[in-house]
Amino acid sequence: MSTITTDDVRHLAQLSNLQISDDEVENLRGDLENILGYIELLGELDTTGVAPTYQVTGLENVWRDDEVQTSSVTRERLLSLAPEQADNSVKVPKVL
Amino acid sequence: MKIADFVAQVKSGQKTARAFAEEALAKAREVGEYHALLALTEARALQRADEIDARVRNGEDPGKLAGVPFVVKDNYLAFGAPTTAASKILENFDAPLQATVVEKLEREGAICIGKSNLDAFAHGGSTENSAYGVTHNAHDTTKVAGGSSGGSAVITALDVVPFALGSDTGGSIRQPASFNGVFGMKPTYGMSSRYGVVAMASSTDVMGCFAKSAEDIALVESVIAGRDPKDMTTLPDYFVPTSDVKPGLKIGLIKETMTADVDDEVRAATNAYVETLRSLGHTVEEVNMPSVKYALAIYYIVVPAELSSNLARYDGIRYGRRAEGVTSLAELYGRSRAEGFVTENKRRIMIGSYVLSSGYFDAYYLQAQKARTVLINEFNELFKTYDYLLTPTAPTPAFGIGENTEDPVKMYLADVMTVPASLAGLPAISAPAGTSASGLPIGVQIIGPARSDAGVIALAGQVGAHHG
Repeated sequence: MSTITTDDVRHLAQLSNLQISDDEVENLRGDLENILGYIELLGELDTTGVAPTYQVTGLENVWRDDEVQTSSVTRERLLSLAPEQADNSVKVPKVL
Repeated sequence: MKIADFVAQVKSGQKTARAFAEEALAKAREVGEYHALLALTEARALQRADEIDARVRNGEDPGKLAGVPFVVKDNYLAFGAPTTAASKILENFDAPLQATVVEKLEREGAICIGKSNLDAFAHGGSTENSAYGVTHNAHDTTKVAGGSSGGSAVITALDVVPFALGSDTGGSIRQPASFNGVFGMKPTYGMSSRYGVVAMASSTDVMGCFAKSAEDIALVESVIAGRDPKDMTTLPDYFVPTSDVKPGLKIGLIKETMTADVDDEVRAATNAYVETLRSLGHTVEEVNMPSVKYALAIYYIVVPAELSSNLARYDGIRYGRRAEGVTSLAELYGRSRAEGFVTENKRRIMIGSYVLSSGYFDAYYLQAQKARTVLINEFNELFKTYDYLLTPTAPTPAFGIGENTEDPVKMYLADVMTVPASLAGLPAISAPAGTSASGLPIGVQIIGPARSDAGVIALAGQVGAHHG
């Protein structure tokens, strides 16, 4: 059975872009350990020689004409959804 | 009142679309204590109702759902109120477009009057994970509504509207339908468009509806079904509603869903439903489906993997809530997401990150996708002999509010009967089957082969007219 440490939780939180508090780390550690403990049940199923399923419709190569499609949504409307904007752009904190 | 009665009255001018919309809005306010709705879309609803009434007066065709009020789960992009997905990160999100399914309903004259509560981002089976408070069961306010489409189920059960939209990834329409005593349909994967609905797990998300009768389910599905060039996974059009049921169907009752772990009253109601099926001339036999035991484990690997990818887009940059007072981009992402998601969102995202990590990929994700094939093969084998399969919809009637919130695995077990059809992309309906001694509804689930949606609904309708 998987053991999840608080360091594992911090690592997963970082991979997931979640800045979590110390209290949350401890609670999530227990939860994740329980959930992983449950899903480990799958290990007992013999799947030798079985192909994985990634989609269920069987559809493949759904084509459309390579034409520019117009949208009812304007650039201004989309920009207006951003928490901060300036000069027709989305504003973010300095990266460098 | 049936949907057809609304339409007939609006078309004949006997009652206006505006009067129906006002009535539904007033009823929605009266049942406010259930907290089934997050917002009313009153101004837009009344304006659209006036447009429908004008069409009727001018002798134009107002559509086959003319003036029928409905409610949309708040993970569908729809005008008239913010689309929040019951989360804080989308608290004020003003959708720039509408979901294809909503557009199709509006084109036929249906009128959205409000947006219903859900578990945030549809992560949950009780609507207790909403960032805006819990929804109460329509039959007992101390019990959960089920979830994640709990608000839509409750608002339908309370007769505020004749139908409501939900989304179903692992049981999110069927389970709340059973908990509130209404019909709830999860179509074949790809029957209706996912465009404009907040994505959870792209390989199992489907759009469907709640109603008080199978006939109304069929009518709504006939409007929302169909290929959408904006969703490349939609199937070519095939859905044709029917009330015809082939005589002498062969139905398999899945034994693994009728074990001693399942609530006695749920098993009794399912057995009573079996008797009604038999009295209608159908054959019901017990069948084995060994991989049912693994379905929930498969689901809680595949779905977190997919949703952790889908929810990566909520980063506080282009839309949604942004954390304040941040100094770096990493902090902006980390804090916006930490503040904007509820605990269950975080659990699932982190499980997804875990099972997709390089060292664990084969053991979890790949093994789950192989096990999914095993499950699908078992369904295919059963459908060589049986026309439909039957299970209870959930192992228990609605549980108490707060009863399972401390134990996520216990909460997940409420999905144990519904996830197999989701993983295989099969159509499944939850139909009312009875009530517990304490007055709580119990539902059964009919599962059919891919694209047999119309048959599944018709069978539920035939039994519904004779059962209980």
